[in-house]
Amino acid sequence: MISIIDYGVGNLGSVKNMLKFLNIESKVITTAEELSIATKIILPGVGSWDNGVAKLKESGLHSVLNKRVISDKVPVLGICLGMQIILDSSEEGELPGLGWISGKVKKFDFTPEQKICNKLRIPHMGWNVAHTKRQTALSQSTDDEIRFYFIHSYHAEVTNKEHVLMTCNYGYEFTCAIHKDNIWGVQFHPEKSHKFGMSLMKNFSEL
Amino acid sequence: MLRTRVMPCLLLQGRGLVKTIKFKNERYVGDPINAVRIFNQKEVDELILFDIGCTTDANAINYSLLEQITSECFMPICYGGGVRTLEDFRRLFSMGIEKVSVSSLLFDNPDVVAQAVEIYGSQSIIATLDINLSKYRKKYQVCTHSGKKKRKYTPVEAAKYVCNLGAGEIIVNTIHRDGTWSGFDQNLINQICENVNVPVVASGGAGTLDDIKNIVMNANASAVALGSMAVFQAKDMGVLIKFPKQAELIKVLP
Repeated sequence: MISIIDYGVGNLGSVKNMLKFLNIESKVITTAEELSIATKIILPGVGSWDNGVAKLKESGLHSVLNKRVISDKVPVLGICLGMQIILDSSEEGELPGLGWISGKVKKFDFTPEQKICNKLRIPHMGWNVAHTKRQTALSQSTDDEIRFYFIHSYHAEVTNKEHVLMTCNYGYEFTCAIHKDNIWGVQFHPEKSHKFGMSLMKNFSEL
Repeated sequence: MLRTRVMPCLLLQGRGLVKTIKFKNERYVGDPINAVRIFNQKEVDELILFDIGCTTDANAINYSLLEQITSECFMPICYGGGVRTLEDFRRLFSMGIEKVSVSSLLFDNPDVVAQAVEIYGSQSIIATLDINLSKYRKKYQVCTHSGKKKRKYTPVEAAKYVCNLGAGEIIVNTIHRDGTWSGFDQNLINQICENVNVPVVASGGAGTLDDIKNIVMNANASAVALGSMAVFQAKDMGVLIKFPKQAELIKVLP
C-alpha cells in the first residue's frame, strides 16, 4: 500500500490513476494518524516553493512526516516540487525545505548566447532523456534510452555527489533524480511518462 | 536533448470529439475516451483538449467526462475551455490535469490568471491565443470565444501581455489555417517566438511531416499541435484516430 500525501498542492489524480492502472494499492491521506501507519509514501507537489512548503506546514503533517522518514526509515518518493522540498532551500522562495538531503534548488541559468543559439526556453518543458548515475532498486540501467516528461523552471543541486541518482541535459547537465537511503526524489513526472514512468513506479512499489 | 513535442489537439463538443475547419463546420470524429486510449498506446508526447462549447455557450466544465478521460491518460494533458474561477483550476489540477489553458479569462479577468500562476506556478498555466487573418485588410486579429470576439491586441502585444501575467507557455491557434491541411502560418508563429521567452506551440494547418519540420526549423516553434492529421486518414477522407510514428518524427525534427 502506498500512501499519497494530500497537502493541497498535488498532482494526486494522475499519481493515483497510474498506480490503479498498475494494480498497485494506494490511498490519498490527509491526517497525521494515517501518515503514522504509512509503509510507503509518495510526496507529490506542483507549483511554487513557498506555497508548497507553507501548505505542508499548515497540513499538520510536517513533524510526523519527518519522524516517519528520518527515524522510521519509511521509503518516500518525492515528485516534482515534492522532490525539491526534500532539499534545504530554493532560489524560488524564502522558507526552509525539509532538509532530508543536503542541497538547494536553483533556477535554470543560461548565458544569452545559449538562449539565442540553442533556443533554450524556460520552463524546461517536454520529454528528455535521463542518464542513470547509480544502480539502485529504482534506477536499473538498461541499454534502451529512458525518457521522462519534465515541466519545471528550477532544478536540484545536491551538496554530495553521491546523492545524484539521475541527470538530464538542458543547456547543461543537471540533477533530475536524487537518492539517499530510504529517500528518493524525481524532478520529472513518472505518472505522466508512459512505460518509463510505469516501470519506475512499479520498482518503488516493490521496494 | 529536449525532444520537440508533437501532440494531438482534440476538440470536445458535448460528450463527443469534433474537428473544425477555420473554427466552423464541426464534424463528429468519435468518442474522446476511445481516442485517448489510442493515443496512450501510441505513446504520444502530450495531449491538448479544448472544450469548444464551454466559453461560448457559458456551459460549465464537464468534470465527470474529464475525470474519465484523465483516469486513462498516462501522458501530460492540457485542458482549456470555460475556466473562470480559482476553484476551476483547483478541480482540474487535482483530477490529474497538468496544464490548464485560458483564453478569454486572460483579457476578462486577468487577476484570476495571476492568482492561479501564484498558486500553481507558471508552468501549469497556458495561454491560448486564437488568431485570425482578416479577409480584406490582411491583418492579424486576436480573438476569443471560438473566434467570435475580437480583442484589441496585435499577436505580439497579446503574447507579451500573457507572459507578463505569468503564463508559462503559449498555444498559438491559427484560425485561418485550422483544418485546412495547408501548413502553419510561419510568419505569425515566428513573430511571436521572437518576442517571448516561453515555449510556443504552433497549432492550425498541419498537413504533412514537412509542415511540422518547417515550423520548428524556420519559425522556431517549441512544439507542434496536430488537429486534422490526428483524426482523419487524409484531407477530405474518413475519420481515423492516428499519429505519426516517433521514428518518422525523429527523422524530420532537430
